[in-house]
Amino acid sequence: MLIPHPLLGLRDAQEFTYLGDASLMNRPDPGAPDAEAAFCDYVFLRDNPAGVHRELWFHEQGDRSWLVVTRNTLTHEILGAELAADVKVGGVK
Amino acid sequence: MRFSGFRVVKEALTGHKGWTPLWRTPDPKPAYDIVIVGGGGHGLATAFYLAKTFGRLNVAVLEKGWLGSGNIGRNTTIIRSNYLLPGNEPFYEFSMKLWENLEQDTNFNSMVSQRGIINLIHSDAQRDAYRRRGNAMHLAGAGGTLLSRDQLRDMVPFLNFDNARFPIKGGLLQPRAGTARHDGVAWGYARGADMRGVDIIQNCEVTGFRIESGKLCGVETSRGYIGARKVGVAVAGSSGRVMAMAGMRLPIESHVLQAFVSEGLKPTVPGVITFGAGHFYVSQSDKGGLVFGGDIDGYNSYAQRGNLPVVEDVLEGGMALMPMIGRARLLRAWGGVMDMSMDGSPIIDKTHVDGLFFNGGWCYGGFKATPASGFAFAHLLATGRPHETATAYRLDRFSRGHVIDEKGAGAQPNLH
Repeated sequence: MLIPHPLLGLRDAQEFTYLGDASLMNRPDPGAPDAEAAFCDYVFLRDNPAGVHRELWFHEQGDRSWLVVTRNTLTHEILGAELAADVKVGGVK
Repeated sequence: MRFSGFRVVKEALTGHKGWTPLWRTPDPKPAYDIVIVGGGGHGLATAFYLAKTFGRLNVAVLEKGWLGSGNIGRNTTIIRSNYLLPGNEPFYEFSMKLWENLEQDTNFNSMVSQRGIINLIHSDAQRDAYRRRGNAMHLAGAGGTLLSRDQLRDMVPFLNFDNARFPIKGGLLQPRAGTARHDGVAWGYARGADMRGVDIIQNCEVTGFRIESGKLCGVETSRGYIGARKVGVAVAGSSGRVMAMAGMRLPIESHVLQAFVSEGLKPTVPGVITFGAGHFYVSQSDKGGLVFGGDIDGYNSYAQRGNLPVVEDVLEGGMALMPMIGRARLLRAWGGVMDMSMDGSPIIDKTHVDGLFFNGGWCYGGFKATPASGFAFAHLLATGRPHETATAYRLDRFSRGHVIDEKGAGAQPNLH
């Protein structure tokens, strides 16, 4: 798989480390009254869709940036990639 | 129709006119006591033990494709019970005992072959770890022998013992482990269940669950609504998307695992060999092909096919361990979709929906677990209580902090 890095162009997916669902960027509020349950869901539960999936890839062998990659889990087609820092500013769906 | 040596001879002398299909193809009834979703190894084993051991006869298995078309048709056929943790080891040993009597139980030749498994040791620390694991196996009655380097050289002289990075220093042998014919397992369970009255309904995809005020009434399928008092879901690989139809999120990601087979060779590899330094395991099928595999591809996938980097990684592992493998031609590669759970261990439990039960999260250990998984799930469906060997496989173990972290990799499915 080739990942279209927004700064570096197409890069081999082997340069990256995968961390899973991009919603992991939305860490629960540790001060909230239901924080324990929220963190349990956050750490362990996943939507696991068959189809379009937004996920985190770390460019470990490259510029060490985190990307949010949109990919189809049924076909391995990559639909786009953004810098996670940019997504974080705009908020993750 | 029962199989026997007498029967084979009789059919041979009478032109093979007496053989009949192994199972019926019934239309779905309006309702069943128990509906199993998923006609793979685990679903069929569940139906078989429900009918045979627990006397439940009004049972149906719903399969969206053809029987055994999922992971039981896509694995490397290894059976073993060389586990460590108390939540796991007795369960897999129970499975091993069921394997040993499977062919008598189902009256079907599933080609269970106890040719042994060797986990290789490459360092002193690894020897200590395997000694501890061997002791855990003995406590569960699974057996096991620590082999020295010289004993190994006699058994498997073709390995690269003097690899500069990972010299082989010994191994842990479980002689009772081995392989079984994966399709034969599915067919044996299907036939055994069918003979006891279970309806096996193929090409019948579950498209939704009918749930009224927290109680399950039945399933919507591509062949209409089917009522059920209890529904057991055993669709590992697709657990995420099926249970999402019941409004559940699971501690599971789906990943693809690739496997490989070489051209047919003369008998070469006596048992199953696992490379303790990398992730590579190899055995030889009865047809002669070397069957081997390695790590999952490591990102969410439902594609049932992998990508080339893992092919390269697996073959590198094979070459490091067993240089002669480089002379064999690779015949086929395929991918299966795994339920990678967050602690690397399975889940067999009831859900918050009354009447809905779940069996999944097998990671890449599902095949060896087939008989015990079916038995434990049948026990749960029939009695409402977990089987004694499966009490640790609860859905809420993550929130209770009782994870079964066999590999010690934490909540990271791509590391298990």
